[in-house]
Amino acid sequence: MADKPIEGEKRVFMTGNEVVAWAALAAGAEIMYGYPITPQNEIMHYWTRLAPKYGRKFLQTEDEISAGFTTIGGVLAGRRAFTATSGPGNTLMQEPMSMAEMMRIPVVQVVTQRGGPSTATVIYSQQEVTMTCFGGNGEGARIVYSTSTHQELFDYTIKAFNTAWKYRFPTHILGDGYQSKMRESLTMYDPASRGIEMVPTEPYVAKGGVPGIDRDPNHLRNTYNTEDELYDVVMGIMSDWEKYAPEIAEYQEFDAEDAEVLIVAHGVVTRAVQAAVKELRAQGKKVGHFRPVTLRPLAEEQLRKRAENAKVVLVVESAYGQLCKIIANSLYGLTTPIKKVLKPGVGVTAEEVVEEVSKLL
Amino acid sequence: MAKGAKIALAGEGGQGVQSVAMIITEAAYEDGREALYIPNFGVEQRGGVSVAYVQISDEPIGSPKFKTADIVIALSDRAVRRTQRYVGDKTIFVYDADIEGVEDDLPKNAAKVLAIPAIKVAKDELHPRVFNIVIMGAVIGATGVVDVDRAKQAIEKKLGYKFEKDPKLRELNFKALERGMELVKEEL
Amino acid sequence: MSVAPKMPKCWRPETKAHKFCPGCGHGLVLKALGEAIDELGIQERTVFGCDIGCSLLAWDFFNIDTVQTHHGRTTPVITGIKRANEDVIGIAYMGDGGGYAIGSQHLVNAATRNEKITVILVNNTNYGMTGGQMAPTTLPNQKTETSPYGRDVEATGNPTQGPEMVAAITPDTAYVARGTVANVRQLKKFMKRALENQISGNGFSFVEVLSGCPTNWRTNAAETWKFIEETMPQYFKIGEIKVPGEKKEG
Repeated sequence: MADKPIEGEKRVFMTGNEVVAWAALAAGAEIMYGYPITPQNEIMHYWTRLAPKYGRKFLQTEDEISAGFTTIGGVLAGRRAFTATSGPGNTLMQEPMSMAEMMRIPVVQVVTQRGGPSTATVIYSQQEVTMTCFGGNGEGARIVYSTSTHQELFDYTIKAFNTAWKYRFPTHILGDGYQSKMRESLTMYDPASRGIEMVPTEPYVAKGGVPGIDRDPNHLRNTYNTEDELYDVVMGIMSDWEKYAPEIAEYQEFDAEDAEVLIVAHGVVTRAVQAAVKELRAQGKKVGHFRPVTLRPLAEEQLRKRAENAKVVLVVESAYGQLCKIIANSLYGLTTPIKKVLKPGVGVTAEEVVEEVSKLL
Repeated sequence: MAKGAKIALAGEGGQGVQSVAMIITEAAYEDGREALYIPNFGVEQRGGVSVAYVQISDEPIGSPKFKTADIVIALSDRAVRRTQRYVGDKTIFVYDADIEGVEDDLPKNAAKVLAIPAIKVAKDELHPRVFNIVIMGAVIGATGVVDVDRAKQAIEKKLGYKFEKDPKLRELNFKALERGMELVKEEL
Repeated sequence: MSVAPKMPKCWRPETKAHKFCPGCGHGLVLKALGEAIDELGIQERTVFGCDIGCSLLAWDFFNIDTVQTHHGRTTPVITGIKRANEDVIGIAYMGDGGGYAIGSQHLVNAATRNEKITVILVNNTNYGMTGGQMAPTTLPNQKTETSPYGRDVEATGNPTQGPEMVAAITPDTAYVARGTVANVRQLKKFMKRALENQISGNGFSFVEVLSGCPTNWRTNAAETWKFIEETMPQYFKIGEIKVPGEKKEG
């Protein structure tokens, strides 16, 4: 059996779904559970081809509810376990994700956003932001990385396992169909070669020793009898969430410091916005870009600081205001007006962003 | 904005537009350039027009798909109609001269509209199976996004195992590439 | 002075007396299961999963690592654990609603895949926890909160024949039985055989248990036992349905 999936570093040119499979292998993911849905399928295809060579496992379940709950089972057994889905599958997976949120189970879920609502398209959107961040009957104690390049898909898929196991919140890679299906270059690496240490995992059940004799049994539950009991549990989760949010939150800025027009965009749309900002700056226009890498938690303070100094905030997204809701909520109290470019289910090009910004200047 | 070529390749299933896109972007990647390729992949892919979006640049590439292409290559009547939306006033629109009944559907706003006899050349001079390589040559001829030697290396990488068995195939493919480049250059 | 009955070794004394209603069958089912686990010496390796519904009240019942899941989802959680760690003995404990209605796709597919887990399903012909609604196992003409005039089989179908269904879709290496709280000795034997089938890595094992719900049936002790012993078996045949390489009993 081969030792390490990737030795040292390797420059490659491949699709995003292939990148995710390699990254999960490199991160030491031990088992994947999944159910077919486009545009996620090739993550499973590559995983099922590669995994046996490195002693890793796969289970194709009967639906996404099961894929989510079996992933929870894998984590409870102490394994780095993950799943991947999209659209209506993500909808079904909200049930297990809410259990993971309540019980602090570090599952990793890769979401390849497709059009919505309903079956919609199998192609692309940013319409699973609200669901991935806040789905299920919970408070949104989930970590959501929104990637924009294949390099980030690789980096953050590895990081997701570490963040999940370090903080014990369900952790999500929010990609999209474009990222899944496009080919571009990136550098893959063995995390150890870059000094990245994988956070060790531990079993929640079958921990060794006879429960009741050698140790107490681990009784895990998500049901509570009284309101007070539940309140204490949820407040415990949220107090941890608030405590760790600042160290988990990640963002990027592009000419944001003196920007009069501050464009906020995430995921693959940031690519178009970055190009547009370059072009507009070349024209001498004071345009900048704030790009949240984590949508949950959001780097609120940094965003507010930039938005405060801008004349207008422009939210650009491939959805009808799902990012905007998060942004507007965190900018509450500021007088900077918020404008929107909302393109549900379709891509955004640099040319369009330039055009929209030009209307504002 | 990033300088480079945005190429939309469209044809019927089996005409090989996706493999052409793949070989060109791999060649550009091997050349150390930024390259991005994404196929269309709706439910439409079953029985619809196959479109490949290719971008090659010296700077990081923005959105994976684009509104306006620098070059559009359409290989069937449906592809001619489907790709009109990617045409702007700087676009070179290339289609195969053998496609019938599209006179009224050719874009009016393109910088240039070229009809090249790729199907005919492949059939008469080479072999119908290297039609897609002729098209690849046309793309390279029109854009210069990759060096011809690098393109040959990429073909070698993709089809080398076939060339091993039959070295004449190598010659045929390389000839197809060069003929494709000539076809466009004659028209430009 | 009354003497507390002897508890299985793997029961957790700190959480007894248990939380089930007086006269509920769950205590007997868990007694049979506890004794089976004791006799097989698998307490250390066992992971117990309990569903939503009355079965969730077993979440702290054993000195065994336990996970309480969502309604119908215990099968996939235990499947996920077992797939990730084959040394575990995984038991999914659920009611008829969890196994035959909301989680039926999980039961069917886990059985089809011949997952090396043990599912124990308590059939008390109604949804007990939520207040006595009609279940897939409710008998024809039986009154429940959502079939107040009695179950109309024309409109709502016949009681689910769970073990028969599981037997039909599993390979020969699976173990399938239906026991009853009216015969705990036999029930324990079925549970042991089910668990042995998992321990040996043979395949899926499934035991349905006929059980009582006097609270929602609104029956006294005599009526409860009469229903379990006489009425239910008219629809649900007790005995082993599938035994790998052995002669069936019952």
